[in-house]
Amino acid sequence: MLRESATFDRAAIAEIQRAAREGIYDIRGFGAKRRVPHFDDLLFLGASVSRYPLEGYRERCSTDVLIGTRFAREPVQLDIPITIAGMSFGALSGPAKEALGRGASEVGTSTTTGDGGMTPEEREHSTKLVYQLLPSRYGMNPTDLRRADAIEVVVGQGAKPGGGGMLLGHKISDRVAEMRDLPAGIDQRSACRHPDWTGPDDLEIKIQELREITDWRIPIYIKIGASRTYYDVALAVKAGADAIVLDGMQGGTAATQEVFIEHVGIPILAAIPQAVESLVDLGMHREVQLIVSGGIRTGADVAKALALGADAVSIGVGALIALGDNSPAFDQEYRAIGSAAGYYDDWQAGQDPAGISTQDPELAARLDPIEGGRRVANYLRVLALETQTLARACGKSHVRNLEPEDLVALTVEAAAMARVPLAGTSWIPGSGSLGA
Amino acid sequence: MAETLSSTLTFDLAAEGVRELNRMLHDPQLIAPTPQPARLTVLNPGGKHAIAVGIDGPWEVEIDGHVGYYCAGMNQHATVRIRGNCGVGVAENMMSGQVIVEGSASQAAGATARGGLLVICGDASARCGISLKGADIVVRGSVGHMSAFMAQKGALVVCGDAGDALGDSLYEARLYVRGKVAGLGADCIEKEMRAEHLVQVSGLLGAAGFEDLDPADFRRYGSARRLYNFHVDNAGSY
Repeated sequence: MLRESATFDRAAIAEIQRAAREGIYDIRGFGAKRRVPHFDDLLFLGASVSRYPLEGYRERCSTDVLIGTRFAREPVQLDIPITIAGMSFGALSGPAKEALGRGASEVGTSTTTGDGGMTPEEREHSTKLVYQLLPSRYGMNPTDLRRADAIEVVVGQGAKPGGGGMLLGHKISDRVAEMRDLPAGIDQRSACRHPDWTGPDDLEIKIQELREITDWRIPIYIKIGASRTYYDVALAVKAGADAIVLDGMQGGTAATQEVFIEHVGIPILAAIPQAVESLVDLGMHREVQLIVSGGIRTGADVAKALALGADAVSIGVGALIALGDNSPAFDQEYRAIGSAAGYYDDWQAGQDPAGISTQDPELAARLDPIEGGRRVANYLRVLALETQTLARACGKSHVRNLEPEDLVALTVEAAAMARVPLAGTSWIPGSGSLGA
Repeated sequence: MAETLSSTLTFDLAAEGVRELNRMLHDPQLIAPTPQPARLTVLNPGGKHAIAVGIDGPWEVEIDGHVGYYCAGMNQHATVRIRGNCGVGVAENMMSGQVIVEGSASQAAGATARGGLLVICGDASARCGISLKGADIVVRGSVGHMSAFMAQKGALVVCGDAGDALGDSLYEARLYVRGKVAGLGADCIEKEMRAEHLVQVSGLLGAAGFEDLDPADFRRYGSARRLYNFHVDNAGSY
């Protein structure tokens, strides 16, 4: 009888063999693939005798949200609480970035630049565009800063808290190189630390500078990877953030070491309650908006994130899949490059048959930005509709009114992390301060 | 309120805030009608942060004293002269124009600057010219450790000494040092000083007002370009 080792399973054996053969760690895109406690481990209770539901096809359930109300003169008004996460031109093709802008604009939400600056196409097709300030400062300039609808200071991301970025040489086309002030074809490293500030006190002054440059007009978000969330959120608030973007370990990446993706950071399910507790302790919950990301796939995920206290969510991987990533239509081509539809994660390689994670002009031309934008808009609409469906079932006339009391957990782990009772009990494991 | 003394405006930061100062410097009406650069003297800076940031026009600004972090950050077109020392990140991400520091500069002077000229008459602390992206920096004194870390384009001219790990993980920026270098960072090597480099140093010294120095006294450092594409044989360099 053949018996597979639980410790040295086929994936572990294959990785040892690959490492011995190639002598370099595995770099890939996508996000964490291991199973971690997630929104699937929560359920809504819905309404019955003790709670009063809203009629799904008649009674209004609003979805709008205002981001950046703390200091900015012009907060970002979103029609749905689902935004598109930061992804760079460079990691993604020009048509992919344009499609994301078109899709987000069609449903009244924002999209976000990435590590590489703002392209004219992206600005033109995004009615609300968040401009990231990253450690590398590739493409950063004051003109685009003033053309942005918000600024996102990126401290970290869920796939790699504490790590910088990289864009391998085969994706550094002439245009990407020019935008990043680098020679074409080299492996571009993005620093893990900002060049001109080194701690929360400096960050506060950095934010002051950004506000002065933009005359206090637009909001400033701070994006963090979920790790020591309670303290990081508190420090971000202290530094003057209008909004916190919190990215769990399942969050996507264009190119990161596998060991980093799978072994650093905490699940978004565990991070949201810590962030909310931090904001509540500071009297800033709902004053400083909380946008969460990392594994949002469905309206159920959106609704559960909101119920735990987030003001909005952000999606990256889901949006790329909506664009056509991992589509069965490309299965033969995925197989030709050693993958398959549903498994493709070599976003770093630039060979994407779907034309999304590539700078190859022929591959990129496969993605029609208008059609892609329509698919993204469709997906966002479905997420919003599903979120409303669940909110109405819980008797809420606005999705922001969802609350932890609407939730129970299916596992002890999820109950402890989300701080909601295990289903059928009143037991919330691990009481006490989340921040300790 | 800014006061006009002959053709130069003055702004007293002891009387009004940085926000009002920057708002004035961002006002296109103040620079649009005049063919000459608009002139402003800032009094009592008192080490305040974010003074004269985000200017996008031909201002000539003189700051009469010490400034805090990010003075003249993201400058475009303006000439900003600081008659004192400055805090972290002076002229960070400068696009064009000139920033002159008559005293010394703290860390990350000229970080990520893309164009224009930064002149520091005293010393600059650690990480001077970090991630430089096209601007030129001339330091009359010495620079601290990790200067020109990951610098991509532009030039750093150091008339004094350089600290440890100069030019670590350097890309295409050119580094010129007249004095001693405590140590070179990963992938940074000394390179031949050819005629074109003497011309470049001479031009930058002239632009900075340091014509008394001989370009031939400088040595050039640049990237060995061994780390441009990751190879496991170079893992020990990281």
